[in-house]
Amino acid sequence: MSQDKKRNLKIRLEHVTRVEGHGNIVMDVKNGKILSVQWQVSEAPRFFEMMMVGRYYHELSHIASRICGICSIAHALASLKAVENALNVEISNQTMLLRKLAKNAENIQSHILHVGYLVAPDLFGVGSIFPLIKTHKDAVLQIIEIHRLSNELSDLICGRTTHPITMVVGGFTKIPTEKELAKFKSRLYRAKDTIRNIADIVLSNIDKLPNFSRETEYIGLISKDEYALYDGVIGSTDTGEHKIEDYASITQEFVVPHSTAKHARHNRSSYMVGALARFNLNSSKLLPLGQEIADKFDLKAPCFNPFMNNVAQLVEIAHCIEDSIHIIDKLLDTGLKEEEKVEVEAKAGRGIGVVEAPRGLLIHDYTLDNNGKCVKANCVVPTNQNHENIQKDLEAFAPTLLDKSKEEIEHNLEMLVRAYDPCISCSTHYLKVRFV
Amino acid sequence: MKPKVAFFDFASCEGCQLQVLNLEESIIELIEIVDVVSFREAMKEHSDDYDIAFVEGSIARPMDEERLKKIRSKAKILVALGACACTGGINALRNQYSIEMVKKGVYGDADIENNPYFDVFHTKAVDEVVEVDYYVYGCPVDKDELTKVITSLALGKRPEIPNYPVCVECKKEGNVCVFEEGKFCLGPVTRAGCGARCPSNNNACEGCRGLVDNPNINSELEVLQKYGLTLEDALERFKMFCYREMSK
Repeated sequence: MSQDKKRNLKIRLEHVTRVEGHGNIVMDVKNGKILSVQWQVSEAPRFFEMMMVGRYYHELSHIASRICGICSIAHALASLKAVENALNVEISNQTMLLRKLAKNAENIQSHILHVGYLVAPDLFGVGSIFPLIKTHKDAVLQIIEIHRLSNELSDLICGRTTHPITMVVGGFTKIPTEKELAKFKSRLYRAKDTIRNIADIVLSNIDKLPNFSRETEYIGLISKDEYALYDGVIGSTDTGEHKIEDYASITQEFVVPHSTAKHARHNRSSYMVGALARFNLNSSKLLPLGQEIADKFDLKAPCFNPFMNNVAQLVEIAHCIEDSIHIIDKLLDTGLKEEEKVEVEAKAGRGIGVVEAPRGLLIHDYTLDNNGKCVKANCVVPTNQNHENIQKDLEAFAPTLLDKSKEEIEHNLEMLVRAYDPCISCSTHYLKVRFV
Repeated sequence: MKPKVAFFDFASCEGCQLQVLNLEESIIELIEIVDVVSFREAMKEHSDDYDIAFVEGSIARPMDEERLKKIRSKAKILVALGACACTGGINALRNQYSIEMVKKGVYGDADIENNPYFDVFHTKAVDEVVEVDYYVYGCPVDKDELTKVITSLALGKRPEIPNYPVCVECKKEGNVCVFEEGKFCLGPVTRAGCGARCPSNNNACEGCRGLVDNPNINSELEVLQKYGLTLEDALERFKMFCYREMSK
């Protein structure tokens, strides 16, 4: 079969597994030539924009969080920031620190879910984490330790692991006690060693990740002060710094017939967002533990191998663990206090909120009427921005696989899509279209 | 013989299936009592031979209806998992608009006619398409309740799902009533089972578990109006998670 110049092949990978949501990979090879290779999104559209229209500003973050079960905190935060921007609401330093802590918790949760539960089976040559419970129980328990820690931290700050309760416009309905935070600090210290161990396990199986590179543009938040996750301006590896207000000219979205999710492009035919994009834009701002993990893998910016997104996620887990310890120190230094409820006055206006969701740049843009009801909503989600880059990677990657068996080709193509950690539910939940 | 369990999802955020992975170490105990044979979000393997199907999400297209009917024909027991599956959940909010309006609002003038991916109807709860044996309510489902349901089914028992309002659990938690703080709570008519999570976090119940079987909606509306909402606003609050009941 291999090296067969006359090879014919039809690949129909319906519902790629171990990703969030429904997507297909379709490839046709005739006489040894690739006629087409396509990444298709078949997820049922949900029309979130229409669900938000007519709802009061204080309900929007609770609707928005339902866009995604994995990154519900990011959607809630982008939503709150958009509303606060529209209504000129200032938040306290304590609120900002608690939000950053929640953001870190979600980033750790989402990344360890991806690397530990969804990608690790590829590294060990099995179909899911379940058989690993028997064969590699220690490794699985370490993965679960990080997963549990991040989930319980989300729980503490947000009142629930999935779909936050306590975060509201202007502040929190309930805050943790100093004792509760101090307890997490010691758990986070322990987690530093655990993530080192997990990184070593991944490192010893790193040869299972294909060595494939394709230069592209990377986009994400950047900040002078820190590795940008909660706040910043939009940065591009091609074109530098951009204002948040100019997001529409950067994330130019378009519709393709084989996908219920929109695609996006900026300076080139496609761009990438997410952990690898953030690493490529912000690596100089990593905290020491994040840098230590990057060094283990010899990961340096710019890295053009999409499979290294998995490693960039490990680097970010380490960074977020260390950053969370710093945040808790700051909160304990000043002492936590019940703050006065921020008075919010409903008025007409437009507001934009951005954060880095685990999978990349997330933007919510709302227009409110005089009563504070939403009249227009637009959400630009990370996976939409990645779809076209996945497609372009498939086009470059597939030709390198043609001397492999059909099963190996399928496995490699699936691994490529999985490396992006696509969140397809997010990406089919959206909004205004411009046609190109 | 361990029962074979499969997880499926339709239009949803997949946050309810995520609660299975959020069981942390208890997953290890779970797979001792059931065989997970299909779980696309977490597994490559898939089998069409299963006893219990958990279905997350609401049903939005003819192609999804067909898929759901196939699942029903293979499963001995079908469980609706979470708000979207049980009542249409937040997805049903779009049912207040015509199909033409939502399509145009989201995809503009794109040529999506005759494309099955985009062939949507007003979103349906799972029981509007096939028979449902059990419901696990909530947005998202409570993982402890989910564990209890799976354990009961594995033992061949009928899972117990509360049919009393959130207020009962809220009182047990010793919370100060959030109405006293001027928040508009749906706890008095919403099905319990969440441990009054939102009021316990000083926020109002939004009704994500749907209504109890015989809710006193009129008295709830009166209370909401007493605390300053117009009738229209009070009804709107219910729509967020109970659109189906409100539109009846």
